[in-house]
Amino acid sequence: MSGIMSNIPMEAYLIVSTVMFFAGVYGFLSRRNMLTILMSLELMLNAADINFVVFNRYLYPGQLDGTFFALFAIGISAAETALAIAIIINIYRNLKNIYIDEVSKMKY
Amino acid sequence: MAEQIIFYVLAILIVAFSILSVTSRRILRSATYLLFVLIATAGLYLLMGYQFLAAVQISVYAGGIMVLYIFSILLTSHAGDKAKPVSWKRLLPAGAAAAVGLAVCGHIIYHNVNKVMSLVPFQEPTMQDIGRTMMGTDKYQYLLPFEAISVLLLASIVGAIMIARKR
Amino acid sequence: MMTYTTLTIVALPALMFLFLGLLGGKFKPAVAGIIGTLGLTIVAALSYMTAFQYFFQVGKVDGVYQQLTALNVNWLTLTDKLHIDLGILLDPISVLMLVVVSTVSLMVHIYSMGYMKGERGFQRYYAILSLFTFSMLGLVVATNIFQMYIFWELVGVSSYLLIGFYYTKPSAVAASKKAFIVTRFADLFFLIGILLLSFYSGTFSFVELNDPNGSVLGQPITATFMGASVLSWAMILIFMGGAGKSAMMPFHIWLPDAMEGPTPVSALIHAATMVVAGVYLVARLFPLYAFGAPEVLTIISYVGAITALFAAVVACTQTDIKRVLAFSTISQIAYMITAMGVSGYGGHEGLGYMASMFHLTTHAFFKALLFLGAGAVIHAVHSNEMKDMGGLRKYLPITHITFLIACLSIAGIPPFSGFFSKDEILVAAFEHDKLIFAVLYLTAGLTAFYMFRLYYRIFWGENDKQYHHTPHEAPLNMTFPLMFLAALTVVFGFVPFGSFVTADRLPYEGHIQWPIASMSILVGVVGILIATVMYRKSNDKPDRVAATVKGLYKASFNKFWFDEGWLFVTKQILFKRVSAPIAWFDRHIIDGFMNLLASVTSSVSHRIKGIQSGELQDYAWAFYMGTMVIVVLVILL
Repeated sequence: MSGIMSNIPMEAYLIVSTVMFFAGVYGFLSRRNMLTILMSLELMLNAADINFVVFNRYLYPGQLDGTFFALFAIGISAAETALAIAIIINIYRNLKNIYIDEVSKMKY
Repeated sequence: MAEQIIFYVLAILIVAFSILSVTSRRILRSATYLLFVLIATAGLYLLMGYQFLAAVQISVYAGGIMVLYIFSILLTSHAGDKAKPVSWKRLLPAGAAAAVGLAVCGHIIYHNVNKVMSLVPFQEPTMQDIGRTMMGTDKYQYLLPFEAISVLLLASIVGAIMIARKR
Repeated sequence: MMTYTTLTIVALPALMFLFLGLLGGKFKPAVAGIIGTLGLTIVAALSYMTAFQYFFQVGKVDGVYQQLTALNVNWLTLTDKLHIDLGILLDPISVLMLVVVSTVSLMVHIYSMGYMKGERGFQRYYAILSLFTFSMLGLVVATNIFQMYIFWELVGVSSYLLIGFYYTKPSAVAASKKAFIVTRFADLFFLIGILLLSFYSGTFSFVELNDPNGSVLGQPITATFMGASVLSWAMILIFMGGAGKSAMMPFHIWLPDAMEGPTPVSALIHAATMVVAGVYLVARLFPLYAFGAPEVLTIISYVGAITALFAAVVACTQTDIKRVLAFSTISQIAYMITAMGVSGYGGHEGLGYMASMFHLTTHAFFKALLFLGAGAVIHAVHSNEMKDMGGLRKYLPITHITFLIACLSIAGIPPFSGFFSKDEILVAAFEHDKLIFAVLYLTAGLTAFYMFRLYYRIFWGENDKQYHHTPHEAPLNMTFPLMFLAALTVVFGFVPFGSFVTADRLPYEGHIQWPIASMSILVGVVGILIATVMYRKSNDKPDRVAATVKGLYKASFNKFWFDEGWLFVTKQILFKRVSAPIAWFDRHIIDGFMNLLASVTSSVSHRIKGIQSGELQDYAWAFYMGTMVIVVLVILL
C-alpha cells in the first residue's frame, strides 16, 4: 500500500472514531451491568487509539509517535481491564450482583 | 478504489457493531459485537499500513481481553440472561448526551475539513524501526514508557491475583 | 587548695540532697538525719577553715582584703563579651556568709533531729534542707549576678518546698504558694534589672561591675529613661528583687504566712539566711549603688526605715508567737537595709555598710535562737498561740535562759551582740539623716517592747496555768543548738567586725559612740519596762491600752490590711478587670472563631455529602457534562 495515493479523507476516519466514541459514552451512561459499562469504556479507548493512529499517519507519516501511543494505550487498557474484571468478579462473589445502581454499599 | 471500498465496509461495520454493542440486551451478544468492532479496527490499522499495530490489536484486544470478558460474563450470568429493560429515564438523557457530544465533535470536524493535509505516501515502518523506537533512549524513542508499562502490567497482575483469589 | 575546699563546701550539700532525696527512703529516719547532719558538719568545718585562711592568711594583701576567684567555669557563652559563668568568689562578705549560713544550717540540722522526730517525710525534710543549704551557699559565693540569680531562684524553690512541707495542710499549701508567687513576682523585676544592667555594661561579673575604675563605673552609662539614668533604673529593679526576698514593704506579705513551715525551717530560711539575701545583694553590688546610683540608696534607706517601723508596730499586737518573730524579722532586716541605704563607700562613711553586715550576722544568730526557742516552746505546749502559754520558765529552764539572752540582744542591751550592731546602725543613720535615725530609734524601742511582751507572755504571766500534760524541756539535740547560739550571741558583739568586713575592704576601726549608744540603751530599757509592767503578771492593762488606741490597735492587729490590699489588687483589679476580659476574649472570640470554622466545615460537609451518592454513573454524568461545557466554551471563544 505504500506509495499509493489514497483518496480516503482523514475526516472519514475521524467520523468513524467519533461515532464509536459516543456509542461508548452512551453505553457508559445508560447501561447498568458493570461488564457492559467496561465494554463501553473499551469502545472509547479504541476510538482514541484510532485517532492517534490516524493523526500519526496523515500528519506525521515519517514518525511513529501516534502508533506508540496507541500501542501503550492498548497495553494499559489490557491491564486496566484485567483489574476491573477481577474487582467485578469479587463484587459478584460477595454481593451476587453486578448491577451498578444496586452496588452502593461502599458509598460514604 | 479497492481501498475505499474496504474502508467503507469497515466503517459501516464499526459504526453498526458499536451501536449494537451498546444497545443489545444480551450481554454475550454485546461482547461479540465488541469483538467485531475491535477486529474491524485492526482492519483500519492495516489499511493505514501499520501491520504491527493491527497484529497487536487483534492479539491483545481480540485475543486477550475479549477472552477475559467472555469468561467473566460466563462467571457472573446465566445462560439466556437478558438484561432488564432499561427505563427511558436512563436511556433518553444518555442518548441525548451522546448526540450532543457527537454534534459538537462533528461540528469541529466539519469546520476543519480540508484544513489538514491529505494522505501522502510513506515507507511502511519495518520491525527494525518499531524495535528501535521502542527500545531506544533518544528523542522520539520510548524505552522509558515501555519499562513503565511493563512495571504497570506486573503490578496489575499482582493486583488482579490479590483481588480475585479466594480467601 | 582554697578551690577544692570551697568547691566541697558548695557541692557537698548538693550531693547530700541527691543522696537523701533519691535514697533517703531506704534508711531509717534517724539514720538519714545523722547522715545529713554529718555532711553539714563537714561543710561547717570547711567553712570555718576557709574563713580562717581567708581572713588571717591569704586574704589580706597590703592591708586590703582581696577578691579571690577560687573557681570560674564558663558555663554558657552568649556573645564574646557576655557569658554566664559559674564560680566561687571569695571576699569578706561571701566568706562571712559562708560561716553564717553553715553555722545556722548546722544548728538547724541538729535541732531538727529532735524537733521533727516521728514526722512523716523526715528524709524528704533533710533532703530539702540540704538543697536549701546548697543553693544558699551557691548564692553567696556567686562570681556573677546571673549565677546569683540562678541560686536565688533555687533558694526560692527550696523555701517553697519547705514551707509546704506539711502538704496535707491547706494553709501550708496556700502559704507556700503565696511565698513563691510573691517572691517570684519580685524576681521578675530582678531579672529585668539584670538584663538591663548587663545589656549596657556587657558583663555579669561582680568584680568587673564593682570596679570603681572599671568599664561600668569608669565610663558611666549615659542612656536615660524617664529622667533617671538607666543604671539607676537597673539598680532600682534589682533592689526590688532583693526587697521581695527580704520581705520589704510592700512585698513583705509572704513572710508571716511562711511560718506555716516547720519551725526550724523558719529559723534557717525565714530568719537567718534566705531573707537576708536582699541585704547581701545590695552589699554585693554596693559600689554600683554608692557610685553609680546614690539616689537609689536614698530610696532604699527610706523603704527600709518605713518597713522597720511598720513591722515593729504590727509585731506588737500579734498573738501567734511565730508571727511576732516573723514581723520582728522583717523589722530587723529593714534595719539592715536602711543601714545599707545610709552608708557611704569607705572609711567612716562606710560605717552603715559594715554595721549592716554586722547586724546581719548577729541577727542571724539571735533570731535563729529565738525561732529555735519558740520551736522548743511549741514542742512543749503544741500550740503557736500566746494564750495557750504562760509560766513556762519553770518547765523549760534552758529554753527560758537562752530565749531571754536573745531577747536582750535584739532589744539592744549590752553586752549582748545585738547592742553592738544596732548601735553602729543608729550611729550611721544619725550621721546621714536625722529623720531616718528618729524612725529607727522609735523602732528600737518598739522592738524591745514587743520582744519582752512575747517573752513575758510565754514564760511569765499566768504562773498557775494548767496544761493537759506537763510541759517538759526539749531533748539535748534541741537544747544544744540553743546553748550554742546563745553563746555566740553573747560573745559575737566583741568581734572587731570592722577590721574584717567593710565596703572598701580596708580594715576600719569602729568605736562605740557612747552618746548614741546610751540613748539606744535607754529606749531599749524603757521598752522592756513598759512590757514588764503590762505583761509580767496577767492583768487587764493590755486590754485597757488597746482600748485607748483602738484604731491603731485594730490596724496593727490586721497588719494594716496589706494582705487585703494585695488581694484587692490581684482579685478585683487584675483578675476581674484584666484577666477576666482576656479570658472572655479567648473563650468567645478566639475559640469562637475556631469553633465557627469547624462547625461551618462540618455542616457544609454534612449538606453536600449527598453528592457522593456512590452511583458511578452520576459521577460520570458530572464529568461528562463538565467536559462538554469546557469544549463548547473553547469552541465559542
